[in-house]
Amino acid sequence: MSSTFDVVADVIAQTSEIPREKITPESHAIDDLGIDSLDFLDIVFALDKKFGIKIPLEQWTQEVNAGKASVEEYFLLKNLCAHIDDLVAKKNA
Amino acid sequence: MRLEYFQMIDRIVDFDAATGRIHAKAFVPETSPVFEGHFPGYPILPGVLLIETMAQASGFLILGLNGLSRMPFFAGCKKAKFRKFIEPGAELDVYATMTHDGSGFAVTEAKIEHGGPVCDAELTLRVMDFPAPELVENMRERVRQIGLTPVGDTA
Repeated sequence: MSSTFDVVADVIAQTSEIPREKITPESHAIDDLGIDSLDFLDIVFALDKKFGIKIPLEQWTQEVNAGKASVEEYFLLKNLCAHIDDLVAKKNA
Repeated sequence: MRLEYFQMIDRIVDFDAATGRIHAKAFVPETSPVFEGHFPGYPILPGVLLIETMAQASGFLILGLNGLSRMPFFAGCKKAKFRKFIEPGAELDVYATMTHDGSGFAVTEAKIEHGGPVCDAELTLRVMDFPAPELVENMRERVRQIGLTPVGDTA
């Protein structure tokens, strides 16, 4: 978890020019860090490459828009990291 | 190229779905109002139109790969470099390679050559459901005009 968070935080800092020290597991990508949808595409692109996965961003967005999931479920960084860990585990299974 | 209609790609030379690559031709017109302003006495194709040309080649690559099931929209451009002026009448070779097929987006590396490198860039395109039925039909007609056979198209 911590290593996944470190990678995610580094990617966000590099992609969005947000100071690394401001990024914590409790940070909300949108509400706290102010990451917009286009920057988030760059972040997902970098994370897909780093972890060798395909983050299902469209599915997540549809779930949030349909009220089937909360925004925090995918955009709170500790939750995002947990989903990435799941995707990596499924890839390696 | 029909600059005033933003139709930059004239013909597909090669589309390889297995490797995710496309090679297209773009013929720069001899005359256009664009050249009257860019620049008086020294007409050259604007860099933004070179980027648009690479984006359209990338778009046709994505349409070819997804069988015209979803529409790519230009969303971002990085590392763009312009290495050579392009004058009216030039015949351009436009290449695009899919480097990442993400969820709802794609990233390509594209370049243009004309007797050597002209420009190159990394492009991001959002890939969405077609927002209008007319657009599907327009794209179907455009790919037919330029000689692109999308994956799964048996027509």
